[in-house]
Amino acid sequence: MPKKSGRDGGARRAKSRSGELRTVGHNVARAEGVEKVTGAARYIDDLVFDDMLYGATLRSTVPAGRIVAVEKDPQFDWTGFVFVDHRDITAPGRNAVAMITEDQPFLAVDRVRHQAEPIWLVAHADRARLAAGLARITVRYEKEKAQLDFETATEVLKEIAIKRGDLDAAFARADVVVEGTYRTGAQEQLYIETNGVIAQPGAGDHADGITVHGSMQCPYYVVRALRVLLGLPEAKVRVVQTTTGGGFGGKEEYPSVLAGHAALLARKAGKPVKMVYERHEDLIATTKRHPSIITHRTAMKKDGTILGIDIDLRLDGGAYVTLSPVVLSRAAIHATGPYRADAVRIRGRVMMTHTPPNGAFRGFGAPQSQFAAEVHMDRIAAELGIEPIALRRKNLFNTGDVTATGQKLHDSVAAHEVLDRALARHAIATKAAAKARGKTAAKGAVKGAVKGATKNGAAANGAPLRGTGLALFFHGSGFTGGGEVKLASKAGIALTKDGVQLLVGSTEIGQGTRTMHAQIVAESLGIPYDMIDTADPDTARVPDSGPTVASRTCMVVGRILQRAAEKLRAQLGDYDDGKSFKKRARKLLEARGTVEVIEEYERPGDIVWNDTTYEGDAYGAYAWGANIADIEIDPISYQARCTHFTAVIDIGKAIHPILAEGQIEGGTLQGIGWALYEDVVMRDGKMHNASLTNYIIPTTLDTPPITVEIVEHPYKNGPFGAKGVGECPIDGPAAAIVNAIRAATGKRLDAVPATPERIMKALV
Amino acid sequence: MIAAADLTVQRPRTLKQALQLLRDASAENQPLTPMAGGTDLFVTLNMGQRPSARYLDLWAIEKLRGVEATGKRGLVFGALATYTDCIESKAVHKRLPILVDAARQVGGVQIQNRGTLAGNIENGSPAADGVPVLMAADATVVLRSIDGERRVPLAAYYHGYRKTERRADELIVAVEVEVPDGTQRFDKVGTRAAQAISKVVMAAVGHRLAFGSVAPTVVRARALEAYVEAGGRDVAEAQRLALEDARPIDDVRSTAEYRRRVVANLVAAWLGGLDKPPRTR
Ligand SMILES: Cc1cc2nc3c(=O)[nH]c(=O)nc-3n(C[C@H](O)[C@H](O)[C@H](O)COP(=O)(O)OP(=O)(O)OC[C@H]3O[C@@H](n4cnc5c(N)ncnc54)[C@H](O)[C@@H]3O)c2cc1C
Repeated sequence: MPKKSGRDGGARRAKSRSGELRTVGHNVARAEGVEKVTGAARYIDDLVFDDMLYGATLRSTVPAGRIVAVEKDPQFDWTGFVFVDHRDITAPGRNAVAMITEDQPFLAVDRVRHQAEPIWLVAHADRARLAAGLARITVRYEKEKAQLDFETATEVLKEIAIKRGDLDAAFARADVVVEGTYRTGAQEQLYIETNGVIAQPGAGDHADGITVHGSMQCPYYVVRALRVLLGLPEAKVRVVQTTTGGGFGGKEEYPSVLAGHAALLARKAGKPVKMVYERHEDLIATTKRHPSIITHRTAMKKDGTILGIDIDLRLDGGAYVTLSPVVLSRAAIHATGPYRADAVRIRGRVMMTHTPPNGAFRGFGAPQSQFAAEVHMDRIAAELGIEPIALRRKNLFNTGDVTATGQKLHDSVAAHEVLDRALARHAIATKAAAKARGKTAAKGAVKGAVKGATKNGAAANGAPLRGTGLALFFHGSGFTGGGEVKLASKAGIALTKDGVQLLVGSTEIGQGTRTMHAQIVAESLGIPYDMIDTADPDTARVPDSGPTVASRTCMVVGRILQRAAEKLRAQLGDYDDGKSFKKRARKLLEARGTVEVIEEYERPGDIVWNDTTYEGDAYGAYAWGANIADIEIDPISYQARCTHFTAVIDIGKAIHPILAEGQIEGGTLQGIGWALYEDVVMRDGKMHNASLTNYIIPTTLDTPPITVEIVEHPYKNGPFGAKGVGECPIDGPAAAIVNAIRAATGKRLDAVPATPERIMKALV
Repeated sequence: MIAAADLTVQRPRTLKQALQLLRDASAENQPLTPMAGGTDLFVTLNMGQRPSARYLDLWAIEKLRGVEATGKRGLVFGALATYTDCIESKAVHKRLPILVDAARQVGGVQIQNRGTLAGNIENGSPAADGVPVLMAADATVVLRSIDGERRVPLAAYYHGYRKTERRADELIVAVEVEVPDGTQRFDKVGTRAAQAISKVVMAAVGHRLAFGSVAPTVVRARALEAYVEAGGRDVAEAQRLALEDARPIDDVRSTAEYRRRVVANLVAAWLGGLDKPPRTR
């Protein structure tokens, strides 16, 4: 049984200048930890409101068609039921989920464009009655031709192009041109708590307003969606995030849809309405990671220098635009991987298919495009006969290099360092494993294994095939390009008589936001961590800090809080500890009644971005990662299993090392799941394996020992040097594993998930 | 979604009461569904494929609990014998160690604590992990009604996909095994290391070989068994014969092609180890 040794020997952190920090960099107790482990935390399905109804959704059962009729069984007793269809959405409200565009309706009007598309909403006080009633409503369709395969699809939802340098000249100068096509599958976020909300008529003093409680990442996205749907001003919409059992991007845009549905029912019924999805419904109806097909053409010099990179990238958007344009943008910007080239062309498209819309998922396009980039690097190495590590070293970004969008990397570039550290940690782990097996490690085995990406590692006679694979990657923290400027996020601090309360719209979804923000503020104010309280994420109380996505909550929102703390500190004047802080705070409160400092995002002066030409500083800073996967393949079942995993990530500064390591382990494991197990099987445009039994995520027993090392190359505009950590770790594992499979078998897979069925096909 | 009010559960304390309740219910044409660990039943209930809203909970019938060793090579599993009971039984370790292997790979610990061999048999899933082991060991199912008892070889217990020999007024009261001689082997090829439904499962005791997940029911590989019994050891021929009984299909978890290959690989591995001395523990 593999032992999990995530912190074997303790993840090492470089000593930073901030050796004297009192809270930041320390593993303080988790802010909401006690509530969660004692079961006191209330999730949405734990909440029951007086006179509450339950809501359910009537969904399409064809991928494309015209709705001819919706019929209720006249034999059924419909007493106590409430129905909503598209006609219940009235001006000034609009039947459009407000996202990047407004193409997606809350409720289908006369056509459905994908399976499980909402058509009607139904509510009843009794859950069993509700289910019985829902089964007695039938929809008749005139079926239409459905485009289910994005590789042959022609309708483009979004296209972008990135160009740099003279590509034709680069290819003309090339000694060798290496080409490859790579595919990745859909992935379900699989938060343990399914999507759920309760909508309640009225908001504060506004009887005609609406209040929604629910499991979500972005309360202010929900506010906006409800305002458009119901035609209400902001003051009449209140959204409260309840304790949330995981998001991973899956609760970025979808809760807007669900909140809208519950709100429509609640307003019609004049009562609170709870809607919580069962797992099956959550799986068939909500967003997944975009499947991708990516082709690389690389102009190479014989010595391994990359001259030019030409990439065509397509994503399966599903039936509506949702967040696909920004997923595409992140995918494209990261598509070269962490390598320099003077000439780059990237063409990215999102294709429309008659399938449920794909959406946000940890990594947001970057895992797909960097999978292709890193598997392609091994192909280049093989074709040129160069060691994969040497090839990478030759082309890796250094400080001062320029990215595909023309961004000059001024500081905090750790591409080489994470590689060096990963090789070192992998060597140690390999030696230890060999020792544990009672054998001595063959000299040079470590390097040899990674080197061996080109040779067939087939073992004889029933022994597993073993291989080691490498992947290097980077991940921009925060919104792309001018995104942060547009967001203009706000966050702040209120003085209380016992300390301070954070006013921040960022959500705690299991990742430790509350703890990390409190640490930043405690450190900045110079007061103990336990004097920091955080206001409930209620839009009636907290400002819009932007969505809790894009690895931005520490680097961007944390920085805003840090600035607010610095301002508050200045207002308070001299104090030297928590006690004297309290004295001053009380005095100031007496004088002023309330003391709040709300700060807004400030664009660092050196960031420039052009959204039309796609040129400039795509991100303020990048996290850097290196993965080494050791795998073995069972010769009977063709099951590839990860036996050890090394993950080294530069995140600028670990505000809370254990939480940061947790993010790295979790992201790595989710990447391993995507690489080896997780397969969304579609039939007729609908998820066919929509259960926890058949959608396979790795269990603890499938989890290899993961060696984690955090590298800290501080970013000057991040709080205490911090960059993002949430997403970067998931960018590398799939490529590392597929490269390891190639090392073990000599066969190219070029696709994930690398299920035993696919590995068999490659081998026989 | 099912309302709790629609469910009835009876919980007899003795086998006799249980059998009487079953008889009365089937006489009224309102058969009761026996429930042991409930690990298969609650799933169907939750998924709305409710087989019945009237249950007969056997858990309180102490007499049906446990595993007993009989004679030199016999094992008797009570109808409530769980996977954990098998894992903890010295006799099972000694006589039928592959049942311990199988039990350890069923679900997770919680399922092993509740799930029973009788439930695994009666549920009738072709992907059951306990059934191939028992079938390869020539197990006998002991059925009892208020009128008396009958014994049916497990290999003859299934009439088709989820169709079993049991009448509505009968209970499985025990599973009996006289463990045959020979090398034992168990291989589960699941979707992951735990909480996995088998894509192919193979159990062998001597020349007896059973497969799961390759046909509408768990099957014995009769053609291959006869060949090996007669001294045949050619791998290609053995693989061909195995696939006469193992006729897998494509489904949501895997493909027919994959399953055929894995069956062939397992047969090769099994043949390779067949004439080696049996493992000792
Ligand atoms: C999470 C999970 C994981 C699982 N993993 C596995 C696995 O890895 N391998 C595997 O094989 N199975 C697995 N199962 C299925 C299940 O646990 C087993 O089939 C188990 O052996 C069923 O036993 P039970 O006592 O719980 O049966 P129950 O659910 O109580 O009953 C199952 C069927 O048998 C009938 N029955 C039970 N006892 C009797 C009796 N004495 N007489 C007559 N009829 C009876 C019931 O009426 C019902 O039809 C899993 C189930 C779950 C929920």
